[in-house]
Amino acid sequence: MFDQSNLIYRYDGSFDGLLCCVFESYDQNEIPVDIVLPVSPETMLFSMKEIRTDSPKANRVLASIPKKMGVDALDFVRRAFLTCLPKKELYILLFLRLGYRHGPSVMNMLTDDVVDKLVKAVKHLDKESHLLKGFLRFSIFSNILVGEIEPKNYVLPLMSQHFCERYPEERFLIYDKTHGMALVYQPYQSAVIPIEDLELPEPDETEQSYRELWRLFYDTIEVEGRHNPKCRMSQMPKRYWKYMTEFGSSQKTSPLKLENTTKLLIP
Amino acid sequence: MDVFEKLKILTDAAKYDVACTSSGVNKKTAPGGIGSAAAAGICHSFAGDGRCISLLKVLMTNVCAYDCKYCVNRKSNDTPRASFTPRELAELTINFYRRNYIEGLFLSSGVLKNPDYTTEQMIEALRILREEYRFSGYIHAKAIPGTDSTLISHLGMLADRMSVNIELPSQSSLQILAPDKSKHSILAPMGYIKNRIQENSTDIIKYRHAPKFVPAGQSTQMIIGATPDTDFQILNLTEGLYKKYKLKRVFFSAYMPVAENTMLPTIDTKPPLWREHRLYQADWLLRFYGFAANELLDQNHQSFNPYVDPKCNWALNHMEFFPMNVNRAPYSDLLRVPGIGVNSAMRIVKARRTATLNFDGLKKLGVVLKRAQYFITCGGKALEGLKITQDAVLRSLMSEKTYLENFPHQPKSEQLSLFEQLPMIQSSLTQEDILKCLTSPT
Repeated sequence: MFDQSNLIYRYDGSFDGLLCCVFESYDQNEIPVDIVLPVSPETMLFSMKEIRTDSPKANRVLASIPKKMGVDALDFVRRAFLTCLPKKELYILLFLRLGYRHGPSVMNMLTDDVVDKLVKAVKHLDKESHLLKGFLRFSIFSNILVGEIEPKNYVLPLMSQHFCERYPEERFLIYDKTHGMALVYQPYQSAVIPIEDLELPEPDETEQSYRELWRLFYDTIEVEGRHNPKCRMSQMPKRYWKYMTEFGSSQKTSPLKLENTTKLLIP
Repeated sequence: MDVFEKLKILTDAAKYDVACTSSGVNKKTAPGGIGSAAAAGICHSFAGDGRCISLLKVLMTNVCAYDCKYCVNRKSNDTPRASFTPRELAELTINFYRRNYIEGLFLSSGVLKNPDYTTEQMIEALRILREEYRFSGYIHAKAIPGTDSTLISHLGMLADRMSVNIELPSQSSLQILAPDKSKHSILAPMGYIKNRIQENSTDIIKYRHAPKFVPAGQSTQMIIGATPDTDFQILNLTEGLYKKYKLKRVFFSAYMPVAENTMLPTIDTKPPLWREHRLYQADWLLRFYGFAANELLDQNHQSFNPYVDPKCNWALNHMEFFPMNVNRAPYSDLLRVPGIGVNSAMRIVKARRTATLNFDGLKKLGVVLKRAQYFITCGGKALEGLKITQDAVLRSLMSEKTYLENFPHQPKSEQLSLFEQLPMIQSSLTQEDILKCLTSPT
């Protein structure tokens, strides 16, 4: 076992970049104390090492993961990379080092601190993406479904398949405000692209009336004798309410521009 | 009448139905269509009462020929009436579905004219959804007792799940409160649906593309607290329904007084949410934890312990089973430990392949040590510093609120055997205490 050196890796933020950090760690027989993005501030205490993203190196690491510790571990690491866990890069590197040593059983080492941290982070990610599959609300503008979310984790890649299968004949856009990314779909093709700022037009009459119908349904379905706001809050935390139709007219406040959207959807 | 008014009336009339999940079937969209279904189910919202909203839950009509005493829609009740046309309902469903408000439709109905006519209306709504919109989302349809079996069969080919409401747990309760329904009229369609599911499963083996009959299975619900039926009777009935009719779920609904009637609890009675909660906990133990109904309750104990959940109660009465070594015990035994659920039991089995578990590790796996600590050892050792006093055990097995409400003066250091004590505590309760417990939500 090596000591963690007084070294910080800086990488470009891509998954391939992180795999190159793993390569470097083995190549140089060293374990960094942190792995950071280019925008992170310099610290005086540790020396910073720039890790260049290099496809052949990344591919060698990528191919070795399923071989040494199984496909489940690769899938796990890919999802861990989407989480909002602080220092996730370092934990992933430490996890992979464990995996190279112990093989597929690394997935069972649930009481190990590194594995435990990542398992909980991935669970949080999975839970958030599952919740948003239900909590996301679309509004319909010129027959395009547009929805906005503000997740903690980078959930778009995990939501993509669900919505593409659900609305195969529609055109839709899901804007992730936290990460400045959007999932766009038109029949039989989808992409996740960076979007900075979008503005939505006023909803038309039909859209308005379905929103009102939904609010009416939501308010009516409650059995008053069982009113239980605490239970509702634990099932559906308040941070999700902002974009949900049943809680008033939040849609207008978001600065989405539809012109860009239309262009994106009809290339 | 516009669609707003109809939606309001027909939602209001449907809200007491509880079987509103969207789980049990995985489905891809039909070619050129819309919609899919996820086996785990997806909740789209939670109402102010904390219950999940996953389906557009409405009645086809609240006009009803029946006069069930407990029901808001009974013939003799003076309430506004409305009916959806099949097309209105289909359009509403699709428009909600496109906006991702819902997973699909939950369609029940009052009995308009007669059961057959009502079912024909429901079939037409579902036909428009499935054939015209090519909708592959989730549909749950109610089988109206007394409907011709050919129509039930037709409805079942269009729906993902069907249910027939038991309503009241015994024939005698039915006779008094639902004179138009009988045990037979409820169990006959249930048995028919079960047989059709079985036939269909062999069809699917023979012909790969045979259309599926209620692929998500059938469920039922019953009202708790409107009649004198005990928890023991209800739980036994539930177990029987799982075994005999292969039901996917049995739902319980605490009785909400909606009618003044000498045979019913008075209109100011609070719904027995506490009892409902315990029944759901016990139902979970039947379905996922390998418990039998008669392990949880018996002839001499017909009601659930108000203070501790059914699993804790069972454990306290079976201390010969404990303490259990978590590093060795089989999965099925782990499931019997209070504080260890299905997930943590699976994680224990996985994790102990690579390392010996200690209490610290168990915490990481999600075991609720506060409860489990009294029932387990790690390699022969109990948790260090663990004091088994009645006070400590009780406190950890009950919710803080219940404990403080009921035992405010319990001396802390008293060393008593809790396990002999519990029945006594129960019997020393005043009627008032029990009532308080029954009516406050846990």
